Amino acid sequence: MKRRPPTAVAIMAALAVAMVALPLVGLLLRTPWPDLGPVLASPDVRQALVLSAECSVGALGVSVVLGVPLAWILARVSFPGRSLVRALVTLPMVLPPVVGGVALLFAFGRRGLVGQYLAGVPGFPSPFTTGAVVLAEAFVAMPFLVITAEAGLRQMDQRFEEAAATLGAGPWRRFWTVTLPLVAPSLAAGATLCWARALGEFGATITFAGNLPGRTQTTPTAIYVLLESNPEHAVAVSLVLLTVSLAALIGLRQRWLGAL
Amino acid sequence: MLAACGGSTSAGSAPATPTAGQSGSVTVFAAASLTEAFTDDRTKLAAVNPGLSLTFSFAGSQQLVAQIESGAPADVVATADEPSMGKLVAANLVDTPRDFATNLLEIVVAPGNPKGVRGLSDLSRADLKVVLEDPSVPAGKYGRQALDRQGVKVNPVSLELDVKSELVKVETGEADAGIVYVTDIRSAGGKVSGVAIPGDQNVVARYPVAVVRGTTKRELAQAFVQQLYSGPGRQALLARGFLAPR
Repeated sequence: MKRRPPTAVAIMAALAVAMVALPLVGLLLRTPWPDLGPVLASPDVRQALVLSAECSVGALGVSVVLGVPLAWILARVSFPGRSLVRALVTLPMVLPPVVGGVALLFAFGRRGLVGQYLAGVPGFPSPFTTGAVVLAEAFVAMPFLVITAEAGLRQMDQRFEEAAATLGAGPWRRFWTVTLPLVAPSLAAGATLCWARALGEFGATITFAGNLPGRTQTTPTAIYVLLESNPEHAVAVSLVLLTVSLAALIGLRQRWLGAL
Repeated sequence: MLAACGGSTSAGSAPATPTAGQSGSVTVFAAASLTEAFTDDRTKLAAVNPGLSLTFSFAGSQQLVAQIESGAPADVVATADEPSMGKLVAANLVDTPRDFATNLLEIVVAPGNPKGVRGLSDLSRADLKVVLEDPSVPAGKYGRQALDRQGVKVNPVSLELDVKSELVKVETGEADAGIVYVTDIRSAGGKVSGVAIPGDQNVVARYPVAVVRGTTKRELAQAFVQQLYSGPGRQALLARGFLAPR
């Protein structure tokens, strides 16, 4: 059914779009198009783009492996303190990322809560390592996956699972063949948001992992450094980040959620 | 806006020390490393001059330049390096700047210097985690100059983007040493220790200040600038470890 929106609503909605779109248009107008190729081909920028790609996928991986089971428990298991746990894991969404970065230092740094025992263990995400970048990004981005996946699991009609159970399917088989396909759109949407947030993460990463080209300098950090020295180049690199994120958000939403 | 100036609008007159007759509000854009000295200064200046209120906006020098270029309502701007101020001069946005303070570099280490760092050449030691600042930031540029002059090759674990972040890394024990300003170590209190860099190896950071051309409060702005040379502002700067311009 097509309907005309009330004028006031349409105006507000248009202003909302303008509020987001105008700064992006500003960015496009300031983009040094002829320099775009050379800037993006420069080794420092390429290095940062590659590192960002690797770390954001890594952070998504961590978030899926840890966050989906958590979402399942939050949606299906009733236990004391559940709302507290739910609030806790979504806290990074509202925490200033720099504070998150300092908190990560207090936990995983070499004087930190667990860092003091585990620093030096191979693979431990100590500050100033690429692992630290993945951890910082996952810390900030995982809540996006958890709340989206939890909402999907709650809305799902559980009678399908019950039916599968009466037909003799065990818990794992029920999860893989019934639950997962039904919540796949939510999971995909959550995963996309999570990955995009990880890709753009700056505050927690710079605070916890630092800034070293090739090891911890992701694209947002490289952009910040360029803003100090060469703002035009910073704009050019921002454009890449913007395009990739936008393409992913549009593409994945359409593929998984239909025409939304 | 003009009414807030208390009627004192005669522009271009020789700046005087603030008097009890002047009142109004002056907005000062200042480099982050001036935070402690200037906020200290505010209380003292307010005591001298009950009518004058100061509003500060602290940020990296490059950000201050970008903000003023975009029309941010500053009356006075003080940067931590001359190239940043030079951009504002070139854009004709400020009056002729003057250096009002200098700062020196110092090596920052954990309290009590447990790793026994003695000087710049120690920063190349393999057992030290060293944080420096990115060369795009003034402190990083000066630090690099000092190390290059001594021929010291450092493999930093991180190139931080401002002095405060570098201090956090040493305060939390994540890094063993770094190069910051003398004034930063003093402001950090007992949370870090400093290892002095001899004068002949050090780099002098110059802090210029200028009145913003577009100000509607020229006289008050000049009064603020003036007391940085001889007045409560100067005292506050010296107390925080800044040195006289040279």
